[in-house]
Amino acid sequence: MSAGRAQAFWLRNLTAKIAAIPMILTSLVIFIGCSIWTVVYSFTSSRSLPVTDFVGFRQYERLFGAHRWSLAVENIAIYGVLTLVFALTVGFILAALLDQKIRFESIFRTIFLYPYAMSFIVTGVVWQWMFNPGLGIQHFVRQLGFENFTFDLISNRNTVIYAIAIAGIWQITGFAMVLMLAGLRAVDDQIWKASRVDGIPAWKTYVMIIIPMMRGVFVTSLVIIAAGIVKLYDLVVAMTNGGPGFASDVPAMYVYNWLFERANLGHAMAASTMMLLTVLIIMVPWFYMEYGRKNKN
Amino acid sequence: MKNEPKGPRPRKAFSPGRIMLYSILVVAAIYYALPLYIMIVTSLKGMPEIRMGNIFAPPVEVTFAPWVKAWDSACTGLYCEGLKVGFWNSVKITVPSVIVSIAVASVNGYALVNWKFKGSEFFFAVLIFGSFIPYQVMLYPLVIITRELGIFGSLWAVIFVHTIFGMPLLTLIFRNYFAALPEELFKAARVDGAGFWGIYWKVLVPMATPIFVVAVILQVTGIWNDFLFGIVFAGQPNFPMTVQLNNIVNTTQGIKEYNVNMAATMLTAMVPLVIYFVSGRFFVRGIAAGAVKG
Amino acid sequence: MNLFKGLLAATTILGTVNVASAVELEVTHWWTSGGEAAAVKVMAEAFDKTGHKWVDGAIAGGGNARPMIISRIGGGDPMGATQFATGRDAEDLIRAGLMTDLTELAEKEGWKDIVRPSKLLDSCTIDGRIYCVPVNIHSFQWMWLNRKVYEDNGLKVPTNWAEFAAAAPALKEKGVTPLAVGGENWQLVGMAGTFMAAMGGSEMYKKIYIEKDVEAAKSPEMTKVFEAIAASRTMVDKGYVGRAWNDATNMVIAGKAGAQIMGDWAQGEFAVSGKVAGVDYDCLPGLGVNPVLDTGGDAFFFPKPKGDKPEVVKAQLELASLLLSKQVQVDFNLMKGSLPVRGDVDLNTANTCMKKGIKILENPDNVMPSQEQTFTPDAQGQLEDLWVEFFNNPDLSVEVAQKRFVEIIKYAE
Repeated sequence: MSAGRAQAFWLRNLTAKIAAIPMILTSLVIFIGCSIWTVVYSFTSSRSLPVTDFVGFRQYERLFGAHRWSLAVENIAIYGVLTLVFALTVGFILAALLDQKIRFESIFRTIFLYPYAMSFIVTGVVWQWMFNPGLGIQHFVRQLGFENFTFDLISNRNTVIYAIAIAGIWQITGFAMVLMLAGLRAVDDQIWKASRVDGIPAWKTYVMIIIPMMRGVFVTSLVIIAAGIVKLYDLVVAMTNGGPGFASDVPAMYVYNWLFERANLGHAMAASTMMLLTVLIIMVPWFYMEYGRKNKN
Repeated sequence: MKNEPKGPRPRKAFSPGRIMLYSILVVAAIYYALPLYIMIVTSLKGMPEIRMGNIFAPPVEVTFAPWVKAWDSACTGLYCEGLKVGFWNSVKITVPSVIVSIAVASVNGYALVNWKFKGSEFFFAVLIFGSFIPYQVMLYPLVIITRELGIFGSLWAVIFVHTIFGMPLLTLIFRNYFAALPEELFKAARVDGAGFWGIYWKVLVPMATPIFVVAVILQVTGIWNDFLFGIVFAGQPNFPMTVQLNNIVNTTQGIKEYNVNMAATMLTAMVPLVIYFVSGRFFVRGIAAGAVKG
Repeated sequence: MNLFKGLLAATTILGTVNVASAVELEVTHWWTSGGEAAAVKVMAEAFDKTGHKWVDGAIAGGGNARPMIISRIGGGDPMGATQFATGRDAEDLIRAGLMTDLTELAEKEGWKDIVRPSKLLDSCTIDGRIYCVPVNIHSFQWMWLNRKVYEDNGLKVPTNWAEFAAAAPALKEKGVTPLAVGGENWQLVGMAGTFMAAMGGSEMYKKIYIEKDVEAAKSPEMTKVFEAIAASRTMVDKGYVGRAWNDATNMVIAGKAGAQIMGDWAQGEFAVSGKVAGVDYDCLPGLGVNPVLDTGGDAFFFPKPKGDKPEVVKAQLELASLLLSKQVQVDFNLMKGSLPVRGDVDLNTANTCMKKGIKILENPDNVMPSQEQTFTPDAQGQLEDLWVEFFNNPDLSVEVAQKRFVEIIKYAE
């Protein structure tokens, strides 16, 4: 009887379960597998290829002693906060403006979105020019007659990360905008009609009704932007290569650098284990609140 | 069901609010377009003009030579055949990868919302966690997995890898979008006797056009611009266009030819840009009130 | 999938039977600058003449190419031949049995007797077997000056670091950057090594590099090295962040900068621009203070083909032999700006700078070990971090930096 019930359990929604097999395999084999792989080899002295020569916490001791690593962590925190705040707010405002039945929507949308299409290899160079004191914005404004105008974020060790954040926000906002736009387009017409009938101002309708309804879209955008932040690498390489010195180093770049150029796989894995651990610490409580609670209802 | 935005609609065509709306959009567009402007004017200048150093100035003498060179004759290592060499390879990689990854992820999202089973949320959580793992870290395990599957060094491997890496965010997008749809639609279809695939094709796909567009935008961009997976997994005969782009841009043969670099970047970005532009007509409201009621 | 691939491979082999044993060999490398590409062309053309075909797999940027090379060899989609760093990186791949053994060929052709300095071949040798072909000798300790820049501004062309430093303010006033520097870390590390050889002297250099002598690291000579680097910080332009080495070289060629401290590969860029050594540009080995050089270099490896493909291995051996042949050695190195690895070739066509280099290397006392040869990758990384930070951070004083340097040397193996 219990066998029969178990069978019934497995057979129920069998198609759905079969359809979910790629997802199950990917999450178990690839993502959990890779995470375990990362953690295991962070305790080894592997160089260019993985070997199982365990050395305890040695890689971690070095990591916490490295000035470069703490700088990288600090940089990603600054970059992350700025990018999240600006990409979400500006992205939503642009989407809301585009949703006002305007002309040339396609053109505007494409303009806001195009930065997302271009390889950072070169847009990084363009931003580098604009920030270059002798070439870009500073040069231009001084030519207009403002001789003392200074804009050299990129060549100053303390401000270079802000220059990178400006370029990063410019790149991702468009994508946040289309996501929000898709969300706005899913809002039922009746809601707008009802709020107009009731004479509620548009901005209030957005804040009180629409934004809470778009919770899912905001979460989606948040996760996509955050994943991009954690993996930030290309932009830094193109704009500053981590310079001046290591002033604009970020964790993903640190990992890549140790993994391939310095051929110290063990150390790179220790650094990425720290990255994964941080993500986990943020994600577990959030995920529990977001989905665990809903499941029970 | 009409194909049009439905924000709060003003009565008059040229109210002050309307003018302000357009002003804000135009100012924002100028800010966003500034780097593009610099790229375009630079790509139309000759090298002597670029050396004079005003990056904002429009070209005095317009030349299309950099564009021709980038496409047709820029040198990447020994060969001087420009970007065109890798174009079809990029298409060959992108089209199947985009289709497979979106198909898999939309089914995932659908199953997660409408066909919950024990542990489904756990797998989803792992997927989201996976989206935070730096690609570089997963490179070596994926090489081993594709080697064991016997597909390393082929188009299959690169499609496989893109499907894997696209899965977390795409699944998230579809899951959250489907979750926002009224559940009555799904229930009504079930009552009518529709099964898993029937509901997917007849109810969800037609209502999800905007989110499919977003997914296509996300995937085409990511896969078209990918460089690392292309050179590692696709095998030498299938090297994508970004290999040429990297070689043109990161290589200096004599003086750095910024105009050719800019032209090469814009040429490479042409495919995603065209998709962004034409996606407009599919970017319509998914749900009309009538559909819910009816 | 495997079956399909097998069928495909079978048809390819059948299709090529009538062309005897012509093999397409994909060769990956990251030589893509003007001078480098011209040098690779020499190799490719020579190989094509043997009836085989060189399929060029250039990937700009060693940082891009290296992960690709390691993954493809490890994943079972190996290229026919590849440029690769000797040392630990390759050692792992060799021990995994993934590289073609060249020992028989080397013995037949007597590589031991022709390759010099002999340590170049040693770095290709693991457990007594030879796995790679050294193709050139590179040295970092050079300074390249644009003569015209000095002459046009009414200055004497400097012949050593002191004169260069003295002329720097005058150049700066004329709007010329005295010292062209790139933003990549290895460039700064190489510069630091050059200062150590030049300002610190051969004795101190060897004591630190070989014996890891703490006293030498504390010595006043080493202080002079730090002071010289501190001085050089003021001679660069603000735009150096993220700049590639050859772009810095081109600043010198174009007269935008006075000089660059860079390895002899910079000469390839001068050559491609049609500049003549001694007329348009000058070269100062050891910054004109202490003319000594180290002997790094590039090498080619030949990953084992997948499956049993004797015709590919045969083509690999042919290419290996070709890379060491007299003709290719001369033609390739003249283009690359480096020195040949064999002493028995005729280098009459070499320019004055290359001849200077050959002369210096004739005396073994002038040959300095390079950092890669004497420090572990780990210590190298720590030194890199120090040099990069010291150069970029004016707040880091000479005293503090030297103290950190002493610490690194103390624990270096």
